[in-house]
Amino acid sequence: MQNRKKNSALAVAALAAFLITTGCHHKQAAAPEPPPPPPPATAPAPTANISVTPNAINPGQSAVLNWTTTNATDVSIDGIGAVETSGTKNVSPSDTTTYHLTARGDGGSTDASATVTVAQPQAPAPVPQQMTEAEFEQNVKPAFFDYDSYSIRPDAQQTITQDASFLQAHPNIKVLVAGYCDERGSEEYNLALGQNRANAAKTALTQAGVDASRIRTISYGKEKQFCTEMNESCWQQNRRDQFSIDQ
Amino acid sequence: MNASPLGSKTTARLLLPLFFLAASIGGAQDWVHTGTNLGAQKIRLAAADFKMVGTDPALSNAQQTFNQVLYADLTNAGIFDMVSKSMSPPVMPGSPQEINLSQWNAPPANAAMVAFGAISVQNGRDVVFGWLFDAKNTGSPQVLGQQYNEAAGPDTARHIAHEFADAIIERLGGGINGIAESKIFYVSDRSGAKEIWEMDYDGFNQHQITHLGQICLSPRISPDGGRLAFSELTNKGSEIRIYSMSLNRMVSFPIHDGTDFSPAWSPDGNSLAFSSSRSGDPEIWVSSASGFGLRRVTAYRGPDVSPVWNPKTGNQIAWISGRTGLPQVYIMSSDGTGVQRMTDTGYATSPSWSPNGQFLAFAWSRHYGPGAPGGQDIYVMDIASLRWIQLTHDIGRTDFPSWSPDGRHIVFQRTAHGHSEIWTMLADGTGQHALTTTGNGRMPNWSWK
Repeated sequence: MQNRKKNSALAVAALAAFLITTGCHHKQAAAPEPPPPPPPATAPAPTANISVTPNAINPGQSAVLNWTTTNATDVSIDGIGAVETSGTKNVSPSDTTTYHLTARGDGGSTDASATVTVAQPQAPAPVPQQMTEAEFEQNVKPAFFDYDSYSIRPDAQQTITQDASFLQAHPNIKVLVAGYCDERGSEEYNLALGQNRANAAKTALTQAGVDASRIRTISYGKEKQFCTEMNESCWQQNRRDQFSIDQ
Repeated sequence: MNASPLGSKTTARLLLPLFFLAASIGGAQDWVHTGTNLGAQKIRLAAADFKMVGTDPALSNAQQTFNQVLYADLTNAGIFDMVSKSMSPPVMPGSPQEINLSQWNAPPANAAMVAFGAISVQNGRDVVFGWLFDAKNTGSPQVLGQQYNEAAGPDTARHIAHEFADAIIERLGGGINGIAESKIFYVSDRSGAKEIWEMDYDGFNQHQITHLGQICLSPRISPDGGRLAFSELTNKGSEIRIYSMSLNRMVSFPIHDGTDFSPAWSPDGNSLAFSSSRSGDPEIWVSSASGFGLRRVTAYRGPDVSPVWNPKTGNQIAWISGRTGLPQVYIMSSDGTGVQRMTDTGYATSPSWSPNGQFLAFAWSRHYGPGAPGGQDIYVMDIASLRWIQLTHDIGRTDFPSWSPDGRHIVFQRTAHGHSEIWTMLADGTGQHALTTTGNGRMPNWSWK
């Protein structure tokens, strides 16, 4: 028992000593060390530094890469190839680019990188933030309602199914569903009716597979009108759910 | 009773007297009179022009305003048969020594009561002595003797006339306070956006309260008159907002998800009921006056909106629900139990509960739908018997009735020719007249006192 205790105490001490020495060793990696038990590195590890100025440009403009290394014999930058151990270079990428530098030497290898951001004024790709209201409205059509009703009619269900497939194809767009009522009836009651209409479309979109967390509802009641004549075709225009991009 | 198209001029001439007869019978069926004290024999009251005492240059204007406002207030009260100015003796008795009652109780005035007195401006103060005399009781005629002494300002004479009118109305009207100093809050788009405005009960002194530039709706003044609740609709949705009448600025109220509107104060001022869709469907919720301690009191699919508390007891709420299709008036306990449907047909909205707790005023299209006869009018229902009477007839679409604090008047929104104005009337439907004439006036709410 005594012996085992002594042994374990020794082991702990040895481990502690090892941890302390290795810890110190790392910190002083560059400094030549006197020869304690592990043989010192025969060559110091390389270091590398790369920067780009300016780090944001417009397409067609150029930026300057600037890099320095130490203790390296073989330096390369991805996409450029082998380069001097230190140097500068003009670059004019068309897209945002990260320049990745690798430096190798007798003491091992290291790397560094720098990024130049290229502004994209009009990306042709359907980036969601770039979708215009007009494009959205062309694809996500309003749903119309019967007089004093918030039930989804068959024609509205068809519209919403198409709206839903467009929304599923553009999963980054958030959608605002706004319920509207015609000018008849009471202001307060129509606010509630418009809310029920917006809720009905939200439910239908959700059932068609659109994530509920992407949908916000609002009621404008009879406070905003699409058409201001006093006839049924106009009133029908005003009894709707209008969809828009929720910014 | 609607006139049917008539074949020829001759028939028209023959039938015209018949039609008027029929119309007056039809009217008699519909135009039942009700309201506190309105059925009683009206007291014949004369208001003499007040005598000017002194030579202050401001006196003439003050006297003119005072006489005009006092006469209008007493006329508006609805409980007096006013002696017209042209029937009154051409005298201005300024004190009990100067009045000759036989001039007033004799034809053509035939007054049972006469109000008279004197007005003067002294050291920048308006001083008024006012009396109310029983013209038939020459032995001991004095019913009321009042003295007012207030710093002179542009509205001082008007204010004192309101005070004196209210004193007379209280004395002769069964002890019920007059309403001459009550206020009406409403929505107006006069400044461009829909903002909340305030005016005196007679339409005077119209001024803008909110300046939010959005769509402000459903103003509801608190029972003590200190806070104004309303809803503000923006592109973020609709939220309950509170304006402090004493601080003259907006004060905080918790914002939620943009689905809250149509607030209503409990009569103790400690709770607000409103419509909220925070749980999905528009339901009636109740919170503390500061917006906390929320509880839902309705739970039924369909729109639930426009709550109003029983101002007498505070333990019931009337509101509008579309749970069975078209909106109808319902009543429940304020904990949501004991739901009772009040209207059985048509399209009913915008309930207002009378101060004595006995009546509901609301807007109703009894026959609703495309091509249906009749329009949307103001009705009053006796809650105990479910019997109702129609107060507005063929004056366009009327909505948002709101009772005056004395229960004798109802202010409402009248929409005709694409234009909305605030109108007022006695609770029996008589005495209808406009209070606003510019912009669109909507959703009036009468103060509690």
